[in-house]
Amino acid sequence: MSEEVLQQASPGLIPGSGTARAAKPTRLSPSCVSWLQAGPMMLVFLAFFLIPLVFVVIVSFWDYNEYQLLPAFSGRGYTDTFEGCIAQLPDLCTIGKTYLKTLKLCFLVWAITLFIGFWVAYFLAFHVRSRTWQMGLSLLCTIPFWTSNVIRMIAWIPLLGRNGLVNSGLMKTGLVNQPLEWLLFSEFSVVLALVHLFTFFMVVPIFNSMIRIDKSLIEAAYDAGATGFQTLANVIIPLAKPGIVIGSIFVITIVMGDFITIGVMGGQQIAAAGKIIETRVNALQFPAAAANAVILLAITFLIITMMSRIVDIKKEL
Amino acid sequence: MLFLYGPMIAIYVLSFQRPQGGLTFPMNGVSTFWITKLFHGTGIVDLGAAFRRSLLLGLIVMIVTVVLSVAAGMAFRRKFKAQSILFYSAIASLIVPSIITSLGISLEFRIIDDLIKAHWNENFETSMGLLTSGLGAHLTWTLPFGLLIMFAIFNRFDPRLEEAARDLGATPWQTFRYVVLPIILPSVIGIGLFGFTLSWDELAHSSQAIGAVNTLPLDLQGLTTTVTNPDIYALGTVISAVSFTVIALALGTIHVLNKRQAAKGSDAGQGLV
Repeated sequence: MSEEVLQQASPGLIPGSGTARAAKPTRLSPSCVSWLQAGPMMLVFLAFFLIPLVFVVIVSFWDYNEYQLLPAFSGRGYTDTFEGCIAQLPDLCTIGKTYLKTLKLCFLVWAITLFIGFWVAYFLAFHVRSRTWQMGLSLLCTIPFWTSNVIRMIAWIPLLGRNGLVNSGLMKTGLVNQPLEWLLFSEFSVVLALVHLFTFFMVVPIFNSMIRIDKSLIEAAYDAGATGFQTLANVIIPLAKPGIVIGSIFVITIVMGDFITIGVMGGQQIAAAGKIIETRVNALQFPAAAANAVILLAITFLIITMMSRIVDIKKEL
Repeated sequence: MLFLYGPMIAIYVLSFQRPQGGLTFPMNGVSTFWITKLFHGTGIVDLGAAFRRSLLLGLIVMIVTVVLSVAAGMAFRRKFKAQSILFYSAIASLIVPSIITSLGISLEFRIIDDLIKAHWNENFETSMGLLTSGLGAHLTWTLPFGLLIMFAIFNRFDPRLEEAARDLGATPWQTFRYVVLPIILPSVIGIGLFGFTLSWDELAHSSQAIGAVNTLPLDLQGLTTTVTNPDIYALGTVISAVSFTVIALALGTIHVLNKRQAAKGSDAGQGLV
């Protein structure tokens, strides 16, 4: 409204309409400014993200020997990966089992973080009344995220170890006679650590969507006679869906690519998709590593496409 | 809460284990033996050098992240070509498994190395390193966060303030320096905080891309497979202590800036009567 007034008073002075800029010929054009502003970041992504991804795909089709890359077209990266897979059918070969195990870990972690994340966000958004408490509690949830993952991982070792706190506690109370071996360096400890590390990625987006829900909608649902469960299923969950999907995408992609948590907490014993890549790299078999990366990327991409069918991510940010 | 903090507290406590103490509870007395030992070097790896490297890299990543994010954030307020390409690269960079990015960067630099060796200098060693491939790897991780924070800031930003500045004859640079920057400064410090701590604790992106040297988290990860002493906990405690100091400093600065803004930023009602 104020713009209209100004426009009438002195036409051509309103910035953004282009005329004011045109008045001073030395000034850069808006599109040029945009390029200067966004260009550096674009260059970084180009040099350290997009081109490397292209290289991963290219190298996955190269050949290799014990100590170097051979730039010649070859499917060896892939054939080495799937070695013996067809011969073993209908049994799953090693690589198949590994991917299945990765998906299983992924699903477990996803389900648990979703459950915990949803209720933590629900509690923060609807039960904590004062704004200060809300901020304080969410900050408290955030702080661990700022510190190193490895530290939070190794922190479990004194708790879960053979003579750890949990085992000695269980022994003292007489619940078990001998230390539980499966607590540490097992799938259990891997899932536990992953949940511990990444629930945060679930809480934040879900909380973000929930905080935007109009409280009067919930009151309306109650007034219309809905039970608590009906309100949850028909009002809150649909409205919190964008947050749930974004959180899920984060957790799933992290777990699919993870090799550090699985390495440390699995005692380097559990095979997973990310671990294969790491092992291949350590053996300097880059094309095979790249081939695995391409496969992993394809699977991750597939999952994300399926999920982004449910919500438009760009709109939600 | 106990689930979130319990294990961390356990290792902070354990890092004060006496020299004879082992990796687990019960504690064998209290001392700072392992922490001081850390600073004298454990003999396995040169942690002091790794510490300095991590710090240097973290600071550079922080500065670059702040500058590029603010610039790109400004650009996004106007429509421009390639906008969606940049947006989707940022999002993709956030969700593509980090080992793949890291592998890609290492392959890229390997190929660059081969090219240099073949065409210019046969004795060339490698272009990979802390401030080339390592820096790039960290930036692909911190920049998306910076950009998303900038989106959040400018969603709440009132463009009329800028218009007012321009109507008063300010150049674009003056508008930015005296109007926009002071208002967004607290959040910009937040971006710096993200940049530093993400880089300081970063592991997955560095793992393949850092070159011959190690950062502190990489050393820590290396230790997890071999170590039998509480020095690993001491190292963990020291790393966390730095993280927490940086967080506290940043939050403190943001708090002070917000207060100043509340006290001095508004001239509502002044000079009206």
